[in-house]
Amino acid sequence: MKLIATWLIGLLFGLGISVSGMANPAKVLNFFDVAGNWDPSLLFVMGGALAVTFAGYRIVFRRLGAPVFAPRFVLPAARAIDARLVGGSVVFGIGWGIAGFCPGGALPALGTGKADVWLFSAALVAGLLAARATMKLAAGRAAGRAET
Amino acid sequence: MITDFTPFASLAGGILIGTAAVLLMAVQGRILGATGVLAGVLIPAQSSDRAWRAALLAGMVAGPLAYMLLTGQMPAVEVPVSKPALVLGGVLVGIGVSYGSGCTSGHGICGMARLSPRSIVATLSFMLSAAITVFVIRHVIGGA
Repeated sequence: MKLIATWLIGLLFGLGISVSGMANPAKVLNFFDVAGNWDPSLLFVMGGALAVTFAGYRIVFRRLGAPVFAPRFVLPAARAIDARLVGGSVVFGIGWGIAGFCPGGALPALGTGKADVWLFSAALVAGLLAARATMKLAAGRAAGRAET
Repeated sequence: MITDFTPFASLAGGILIGTAAVLLMAVQGRILGATGVLAGVLIPAQSSDRAWRAALLAGMVAGPLAYMLLTGQMPAVEVPVSKPALVLGGVLVGIGVSYGSGCTSGHGICGMARLSPRSIVATLSFMLSAAITVFVIRHVIGGA
């Protein structure tokens, strides 16, 4: 039941991405190309999604003491605005500007079966795993130094 | 490549994406971020978390099929860049979202909707760097 409900939420997200044009790199890149063939459609995606989420989260937090299938709401606890957050985001933006896919656009687009989406996603997974391994190694070294 | 301006379809898609984010919070109590979902499936922290993330990811991938059932065609996926550019972009996106702790869905929608200062800074950073990257590729290097 839990998993079926969650699957349906994923389906809704994937359908939304498909309808919105976020799964289409040509459209995404034209959104960023203000000096060229500018296509402002994605402003409407962000606007619609933000308005619904802004209002919906408030209703959920006010009306529900806890989530339906989980003991509590788990919200990101990190507060620091540091070089890691900004640097990571800038690198993400460069990759997004080169390829035209972001993770939320590419994952649903895998369902179209297009080879280009699978190629991008394989590279995305490689980058993600390499970064996580590096972060783990660095955290381990820092802990080692703290002990000695 | 010129694309059509689609304000109504894009707004409708945005509303569906937002609805999914709100429902996931109501049901699982979690942020709907594609980065977190993917990382959670690839690198399991807790087994119970991995199961629902895998279900969410499977639903996402089925999205284009639902679109086809409703409209009779697959959503357009036009890739105006080369294969090496896709690979380079993919690796950079994977590294960037790991260090930046999120992407367009997690920071740009869920985090901004919570008015999280971290997410607002992250979103401005990746939107601006993507726009600069596209400008450099298309108008400085490409000259098109």
